[in-house]
Amino acid sequence: MTEQVIQLEKVNKWYDDFHVLKDIDLSVDKGQKIVICGPSGSGKSTMIRCINRLEAHQEGKIVVHGTELTNDLKNIDLIRKNVGMVFQQFNLFPHLSVLDNISLAPIWVKKMPKKEAEEIAMSYLEKVKIPEQAEKFPGQLSGGQQQRVAIARSLAMNPDIMLFDEPTSALDPEMIKEVLDVMIQLAEEGMTMLVVTHEMGFAKTVADQMIFMDEGRIVEQATPDEFFNNPKSDRTKLFLSQILNH
Amino acid sequence: MSSSISFTHNKYYSWCRNNLFSSWINGIITILSIYFIYEVSSFFLNWTIFEADFVNNFRGEKITDRTFCSKNIEPGQHGACWAIIIVRFHQFIYGFYPVEEAWRVNLVYGLLPFALVGIFFDNLPFRKYFIYFTFLFPFIGYFLLYGGAGLDVVGTSKWGGLLVTLFLGVTGILLAFPLSIILALGRRSKMPVIKTICIIFIEFIRGVPLITLLFTANVMLPLFLPEGVRPDNLLRALVAVTLFQSAYMAEAIRGGLQAIPKGQLEAAQSLGLTYWQSTRKIILPQALKISIPPIVNTCIGLFKDTSLVLIIGLFDLLGVGRAAVADIDWAKLHYEVYVFISLVFFIFCFGMSRYSLYLEKKLKTDNS
Repeated sequence: MTEQVIQLEKVNKWYDDFHVLKDIDLSVDKGQKIVICGPSGSGKSTMIRCINRLEAHQEGKIVVHGTELTNDLKNIDLIRKNVGMVFQQFNLFPHLSVLDNISLAPIWVKKMPKKEAEEIAMSYLEKVKIPEQAEKFPGQLSGGQQQRVAIARSLAMNPDIMLFDEPTSALDPEMIKEVLDVMIQLAEEGMTMLVVTHEMGFAKTVADQMIFMDEGRIVEQATPDEFFNNPKSDRTKLFLSQILNH
Repeated sequence: MSSSISFTHNKYYSWCRNNLFSSWINGIITILSIYFIYEVSSFFLNWTIFEADFVNNFRGEKITDRTFCSKNIEPGQHGACWAIIIVRFHQFIYGFYPVEEAWRVNLVYGLLPFALVGIFFDNLPFRKYFIYFTFLFPFIGYFLLYGGAGLDVVGTSKWGGLLVTLFLGVTGILLAFPLSIILALGRRSKMPVIKTICIIFIEFIRGVPLITLLFTANVMLPLFLPEGVRPDNLLRALVAVTLFQSAYMAEAIRGGLQAIPKGQLEAAQSLGLTYWQSTRKIILPQALKISIPPIVNTCIGLFKDTSLVLIIGLFDLLGVGRAAVADIDWAKLHYEVYVFISLVFFIFCFGMSRYSLYLEKKLKTDNS
């Protein structure tokens, strides 16, 4: 039997009067890879940001690893330790070296000795194939390298769920592949992943489930095969025709 | 190839040509400027150094009051009479601190760099021990200056001159720094009570001249305190100066905090760091780095503003200078006194300014 790691039940969220998430239901199994796409403003980023409480939802229930997300800071901390996140803008810490960026959270959150944390940081830098950049500062790296460091930084906390919020949207085209390669490798190792992206090639290779969102709702959820070859809603068809045929 | 050195290819020549004499107008302005600089600097150098009296006048007599100054003896003499500074040097540096106890002040002056160096330079060998010393220093300094336990007590009413200026400036800035960080964070807090308190504090202090605060601290504070509690005059000034500085510094730091992208905090939170961990390790280091120029600006401002304490009866460097000018024995030597005081202030303020440039350079982590 597969283990459910994330559950969203009737989740609603508003920014003042604007209804961003409408009755979202979603359940994610351990090891599942879910790719979320949709037009901008459809609520895809907001949804995954609710899963580690960077945004608070107002109605409904979000359960991660059996812990419900409420205002209880203890629960939030517990969940954040197990859920890694990669951002569109990388959000590396510019005042810290690459190695310090990665070892910071293990040292301060997990109370790991500095030496051990740095060894772990190095091992993840090797995993994303840039161990030679360890002593540099983020400002000295290319976009693709920065995003790989950001992935290594999340992995160093040894999370069992990874959230990716448009990880390649801010990258030059020739750097997208090096980041996607790292993500594919991660997927092959069995990580549970929720990825907001418009990289449909990546989605076809990696995704177990595709989700299409529009105006705050999940319009369609299907396997990639069904999603790309036989989409059910007209809105999905229109969206796919636009991003696949440009 | 020609063996003669071509004058026109000399790099100094071409620099002058390009920058100073690129056109007729530029050339005329250059010449006028050089003439102006020559006139001003030759007058100033003659006055301060070449025609000036130091210990003895032009007849070789030791100067003990203003009647011995060369310019007061011989109509043709114009030079400065630095004897007023030299004779009253003790007062300028120590105020009315007893001469036989002055070594205590010297010791504090001598130890001060060791206390500061640990905070200022993080690549220092044995920095840990310097930092320990920094935390001990206020107690050592207070004990040495004030006395007690074996040393004669020297009340703060006897402190003066550079001692008071440095005491208020350095202590005020160092105490205001942590307070201003708390105020700046508080002003951005989501907790309405804390936020309101910080806003009211900052806006009130910033909306009032320092002189008013000094008067308030000096005259009104005792009215609010229970009978018999009479805080020291200097301490009252220190409280006023610290509060004033913390409000200004808080606003400088808030500017830095606002410049940090929201994503930094989100990234820190998504890694599981708590609010205080994110603030300490991620937000503040970046915000303070951006705020260095405005912070140093307020520090320089405050250091100079300490001279205002003379209106509540404290004799800081400027106060001692004014007392010297008012002394009948030395009357009419304003220029010498004010030039000397300006020079002392300039050395400290310029030092702060250079240190901030050094910091900015050191903390730069990108390629730009």
